[in-house]
Amino acid sequence: MAPWLFYLFAVISVVSSLGVVGQRNPMYSVLLLIGSFISLAGLYVGLDSPFVAVTQIVVYTGAIMVLFLFVVMLLNAPREDVAPGPRLPIPGAIKAYGVALAVAMAAMLVWALSRLGAVPFVDDPQAAARVASVRDIGVMLFRDHAFAFEVTSILILVAMVGAVVLAKKTV
Amino acid sequence: MITLNHYLLLSALLFSIGTAGIFLRRNLITLLLSVEIMLNAVNLTFVALGRFNGSVEGQIITFFVMTVAAAEATVGLAIVIALFRHRETLSPDAFTSLKW
Amino acid sequence: MPTISPSLVFQLTLIGLVFFSLQISAAVLVYFERKISGWAQQRVGPNRVGPLGLLQPLADIVKLIFKEELRPQAADKWLFYLAPVLSATTAFAAFAVIPFGPPTTFFGLLEKPVPLQVADLNVAVLVVFAITSMGIYGIVLAGWASNSKYSMLGGLRSAAQMISYEIAYGLALASVLVIANTLSLREIVDGQAGVWWLFNIIPVPAWYVFLAPVGFFIFFVAGIAETNRAPFDFPEAEQELVAGYHTEYSSMSFALFFLAEYVNMVVVCGVTVSLFLGGFYMPGLPVWLGPLWFVGKVAVLLFFYIWMRWTLPRFRYDQLMDFGWKRLLPLAIVNLLVTAAGVLYWS
Repeated sequence: MAPWLFYLFAVISVVSSLGVVGQRNPMYSVLLLIGSFISLAGLYVGLDSPFVAVTQIVVYTGAIMVLFLFVVMLLNAPREDVAPGPRLPIPGAIKAYGVALAVAMAAMLVWALSRLGAVPFVDDPQAAARVASVRDIGVMLFRDHAFAFEVTSILILVAMVGAVVLAKKTV
Repeated sequence: MITLNHYLLLSALLFSIGTAGIFLRRNLITLLLSVEIMLNAVNLTFVALGRFNGSVEGQIITFFVMTVAAAEATVGLAIVIALFRHRETLSPDAFTSLKW
Repeated sequence: MPTISPSLVFQLTLIGLVFFSLQISAAVLVYFERKISGWAQQRVGPNRVGPLGLLQPLADIVKLIFKEELRPQAADKWLFYLAPVLSATTAFAAFAVIPFGPPTTFFGLLEKPVPLQVADLNVAVLVVFAITSMGIYGIVLAGWASNSKYSMLGGLRSAAQMISYEIAYGLALASVLVIANTLSLREIVDGQAGVWWLFNIIPVPAWYVFLAPVGFFIFFVAGIAETNRAPFDFPEAEQELVAGYHTEYSSMSFALFFLAEYVNMVVVCGVTVSLFLGGFYMPGLPVWLGPLWFVGKVAVLLFFYIWMRWTLPRFRYDQLMDFGWKRLLPLAIVNLLVTAAGVLYWS
């Protein structure tokens, strides 16, 4: 994958994720997250995995994010983070502590990964063809992981029923 | 020359951003969005390592992670709706009645 | 910077050609919609602007450009202008993977034959599905950002309708995939190239519509519901919701929604032709004229689209959802099972 393309998608996804976390308006957060997901799909295409890229767009941006969008619109989510009732003011110190913790975790991960030594991708067209073949994915999914596949279908059914029951108005 | 380290680094960055979001944001929906960011960072790791090993297993795990994320987002949002109906607020600090 | 090679020039020319053809097709569709609706209602349709009213789309476009651009003050500025852009972008992007011509060396200028398709992916069918599912955002954001009751209701209803019919859309698509055994649109079209001999005498084009007719019906109906056209156009019904999610839009933003709707129609017809009606192959006729046959088949399907709008009454919203979930979805599942059983039996 051309380096400039990788950096472009990486920058878009990081900046969008920062926007999701920092943005006050939940509607903008959802849309920025959609932007982040699309750039991740671009990264998957660069990793010779077009099937995962398209599945990411269909499942994540096409379904899960639409659900988030509907909930944000339905609840008319307030723009500011206010906590009514028993007033628990969050002093700036606690937020700064949270940021420091996250930055510390990022620093630890970066340090650990930098000690790995540069591991270049095998520029082997055979490896790329093996990974990109949708037929292999299908065979492995339905033969080796058939049980997990069926269990996820039950999981989705349970989630659907649970969501309908939890969100129903009990009037 | 893009190496595996670039992808792992990007994934680590996204994961930390998601974690920061969970620490910082006082809005239930944004909490769930941060969890989605973390799950996506993990997906990127799996796909990158799968491509590195020339194996399709990475993508298969991604498939399951996406399904579980969908189920979790659904139930999480249903809970958020139920909570909102109860207290008219989306701040997790309002739901502290189990604290003593 | 990539080197300027003949294949790069060809690729850019192809992108430009497809882009401008889609815009021209939208204009042509505007004209024919009004003409055909006129004939269906036993009147003449536009015939003042230019000979036979042929310059009517031009007049429409000029009017739309010069209208005043309004935005409700309480509307969210960014989202209000993002929504039509999203709709139009996804509509155009979905056409990128549809093949409309056989591989050509373009009179020997290129080293190896290049198929007439903007992007030849091996997961092309899923890409069309993915980009169509992104089209929901334009409508939902338009409904939300306009900050008005009609828009909000229209946007939510339209999005719910699109999501519901996407399932039947995908299952009908899956029945073709079971027959064709590949996700690449070019290979699916190539699989419909020849002719079958019925009773060894009658030649029948080897199109998948003859193998999966119910799938064709489900796919086309779900496609009509996806593009919010009659008889499934309750969300933008004039009598019920003023104009649904694009009530508050005017001038070029409205033109973008308009354009997106017509290009979506062309995309649905293009995908249907590629999957079920043999793409650019016409048995017995020269295949290098492929784009011509493709345009002809798409034109026939578009005629059906317009004919149906002015013939059938509109579904009520609960009838619409009932049809999508309780009738079309079980039919699509049964169709998939039967098609899979048939493929297993005859191979």
